[in-house]
Amino acid sequence: MSEHISSVKLYVTIWIALMAGTILTVVAATIDLGAFNPIVALAIATTKAVLVVLFFMHVKYAHERLTKLVIVTAIFFFLILLALTMADYSTRLWT
Amino acid sequence: MPTSTVNHEAHENPALLHHFATAEQQKDAASLGMWLFLITEIMFFGGMFCAYLVYRYWYFGDFAAGSSSLNLTLGTVNTIVLIGSSLTVALAVRCAQVGNKKAIVVNLVLTILLGLAFLGIKAKEYKDKFDEHHIPGQSSFFLEGHIPRHPDTPVNQRHAQIYFSLYFAMTGMHALHMIIGVGLFAFLTWKAMKGTYGPGYYTPLENGGLYWHFVDIVWIYLFPLLYLIDRHP
Repeated sequence: MSEHISSVKLYVTIWIALMAGTILTVVAATIDLGAFNPIVALAIATTKAVLVVLFFMHVKYAHERLTKLVIVTAIFFFLILLALTMADYSTRLWT
Repeated sequence: MPTSTVNHEAHENPALLHHFATAEQQKDAASLGMWLFLITEIMFFGGMFCAYLVYRYWYFGDFAAGSSSLNLTLGTVNTIVLIGSSLTVALAVRCAQVGNKKAIVVNLVLTILLGLAFLGIKAKEYKDKFDEHHIPGQSSFFLEGHIPRHPDTPVNQRHAQIYFSLYFAMTGMHALHMIIGVGLFAFLTWKAMKGTYGPGYYTPLENGGLYWHFVDIVWIYLFPLLYLIDRHP
């Protein structure tokens, strides 16, 4: 079997990056960035999630392209759910 | 591929089912199936994230007040614990790939211990919320104080209860997934102790790992969304 095996060093590096992201997001929350506070928090969370998906869940090395297509499709439909819901709720007070 | 080769591989690898051409194809099919399940999980948690987004947008100040009442230290520690457990899961799968059977068991047991530590800390946080009367729906519910940086605006108790409803629904469903995950990993540990998993066959370990990492990702989003709303002075 031609299975990709990541090195322990890579896993530990990803783990350190995830830990750093956790500390960073807590520190960023204590700084007043105005409207950018939630944006920074979500950007850090998404970076962490992408690292987990690509390296811990081995999607970067998946030879089956269908897996990647399924993941991207799911995220796309989830964003449609959020976008169309907010398009409604955020405009209800418009006159 | 000539049929003889296929049969040869099937003969070599007892885990290969007859309706798959190669072990690689069998593994890809199992992985895709697991991802499809995780996609349904994204939509399951997605509904709650969507409800959270709507109410956070409407009652931002009350959400910030509720968020500030959570124990940030315990939340951060729990995030670190869960990320650590994801590392041990990834290492357990790697140990199977390289055939280090003893280390699989060690990493799986560490994962279970970290998972239980997470649930223990979560239970402590829940107990604190009960003690502080921050349980939505209870007649004694009261979130003291005012909206952050608006000392003249007291917390709207009904809106604060919506925050805590979402807090308990989302962390509760996440904790349920953790409990299921610990059970799943107890089973995987038992199988690993019997020496089931090695370089030739470790699909249940890989798919169990995918589940664990997914639950970790849910927490990666829950932590900033629930604990870190408008925390700055």
